[in-house]
Amino acid sequence: MPEPENRLAARGLTVGYDRRTVIEDLDLDIPDGSITVIVGPNGCGKSTLLHTLARVLKPRSGSVLLDGEDIARLPSKEVARRLGLLTQQPVTPDAITVGDLVSRGRHPHRRLLRGWSAEDEEAVNRALAATDTEDLADRAVDELSGGQRQRVWLAMLLAQDTPIMLLDEPTTFLDIAHQIDMLDLCATLHRDRTRTLVMVLHDLNHACRYATHLIALKDGAVVAQGPPGEIVTPALIEDVFGLPCQVIPDPVTATPLIVPLSRSHDTTPTA
Amino acid sequence: MTATAPPKAPRRRRIRPRGVTVTAALALLLGAVVVVALGVGDYPLAPGDVVATLLGGGPPGAEFIVMELRLPRVLLGCAVGAAFAMSGAVFQSLTRNPLGSPDIIGFTVGSASGGIAVIMVFGGGAAQIATGAIGGGLLTGLAMYLLAYRGGVHGIRLVLVGIGISAMLEALNAFLLSRAEVNKAQSASAWLVGSLNGRGWEHLRPLTAALVVLVPCAALLARNLRMLELGDTTATALGIPVERSRLALMTVGVGLTAVATATAGPVAFIALAAPQLAKRLTRAPGPNLPAAALMGAVLLSVSDVAAQRLLAPTQLPVGVMTGVVGGLYLGWLMLTEWRAGRA
Repeated sequence: MPEPENRLAARGLTVGYDRRTVIEDLDLDIPDGSITVIVGPNGCGKSTLLHTLARVLKPRSGSVLLDGEDIARLPSKEVARRLGLLTQQPVTPDAITVGDLVSRGRHPHRRLLRGWSAEDEEAVNRALAATDTEDLADRAVDELSGGQRQRVWLAMLLAQDTPIMLLDEPTTFLDIAHQIDMLDLCATLHRDRTRTLVMVLHDLNHACRYATHLIALKDGAVVAQGPPGEIVTPALIEDVFGLPCQVIPDPVTATPLIVPLSRSHDTTPTA
Repeated sequence: MTATAPPKAPRRRRIRPRGVTVTAALALLLGAVVVVALGVGDYPLAPGDVVATLLGGGPPGAEFIVMELRLPRVLLGCAVGAAFAMSGAVFQSLTRNPLGSPDIIGFTVGSASGGIAVIMVFGGGAAQIATGAIGGGLLTGLAMYLLAYRGGVHGIRLVLVGIGISAMLEALNAFLLSRAEVNKAQSASAWLVGSLNGRGWEHLRPLTAALVVLVPCAALLARNLRMLELGDTTATALGIPVERSRLALMTVGVGLTAVATATAGPVAFIALAAPQLAKRLTRAPGPNLPAAALMGAVLLSVSDVAAQRLLAPTQLPVGVMTGVVGGLYLGWLMLTEWRAGRA
């Protein structure tokens, strides 16, 4: 495998829990400046992969390379200045306000004995503005709705101000309107700056619509990767998910739209 | 988006005015409590006289009473209370559970076991008991870390393992007492209640030395502790060395409990109640170490004054007072936790 050209890559990655191996000998490159979306059936190792890329999980062998260096050997704060993660079910400390929570995203930029800087303040304000949560700054996070709360967590990730952002199913627990809001917001972030976003998404149609680079994962291995328009075919979906489907152009964005057929190959809907 | 936003006055979102006010108020309250505590006794002194004495003036004869008899005990109460409270704040924050305090999860009992064992074996002067208590606390901490460790130590695991260990150590303590000669058993029992009776400057010095090391460590680790409240995954993603920080924090927390227990015996409930009371006042997330420490100092000092004066001239051990008040508080806490479905 050649030296990676991209900032984030994995080489020979094997990850597992106890005796179960989830990912084996995986090579992966995340294109710089992309919105990379990882899709795959439940238990295929999507979240595991994302958490390994964020060095929350330690691989059994192989390595995650950040700017060509093994992420496990870099100082943890140094990594956190380049790469951020929004986990699926983040823990909200009791009684924390939105402003305080978002401020905590600045941790990797702070020095031991140095106070809160103007730069920190600016990054927090920028994050609150970008996620439209400025008015919530003094509210307790516990009191917010699911959609607001997810925007606040995204604001914390933005305050961390990393060129690479990993998001684990950022739309779970949101209704359809808030799902689209969230994904639009991610797309905006991507347009505004040349950030790299890596997301795990469950909804294939969302994935096809928002991804510039799609990775289809099955049993911990990459089955296909590339722009959704080039790789998503009924055969791929059948192979990865075991789901017969038709793929038609999305009437709004012309990206692939997956229309599932019944698993029993009976195309008439059953009541 | 940011370009069009109207210019805003810079606001420091990390400073919570309420937290600062509460901490300052607690500091003032503690000052007042100290002055009152120095004034009460068989030879009562007006607060004005106490302050004058502390500043080097004051009525004749007051200097000996205040500076030699009462001040060490009062300062000791403050230091022990603060140490228990900080330890409680650290562990409650680590376990994300108000029940996760050292007096519930076994560290205080472990220190007590160490203290009793020394009393049984060596008869026990103050220094030996203190060493035993610190050793017992650290051993308990080590045992718990190993038992609760499974790819990392997690909140509720630590609480549950701790409650189990605590029960076993209670049994051990009872066993040790039942095997002891009567006079040793009596002195061990008295120590077990927790008391500041008969403590002087010679007890304050080693405690101060330990706190001079432990308190700055706790203060330095407090920022990581706050970040750990976001959960292991988010904390890791934000650059916190999670397991290393947790081990360091546990060590400091066990150390604080152990030195406090070594000095005053296992005084009940300060570690449990003080951080929670402080939290309720500051209404802020995080361990709030300064507010918790001040609250602990206030609680223990007030309890000690009450213990000395309530049935005067009989002097109750301060542990009896904190036990009575803290027991009620624990009952209430268990009930609300149970209702909230957390315990």
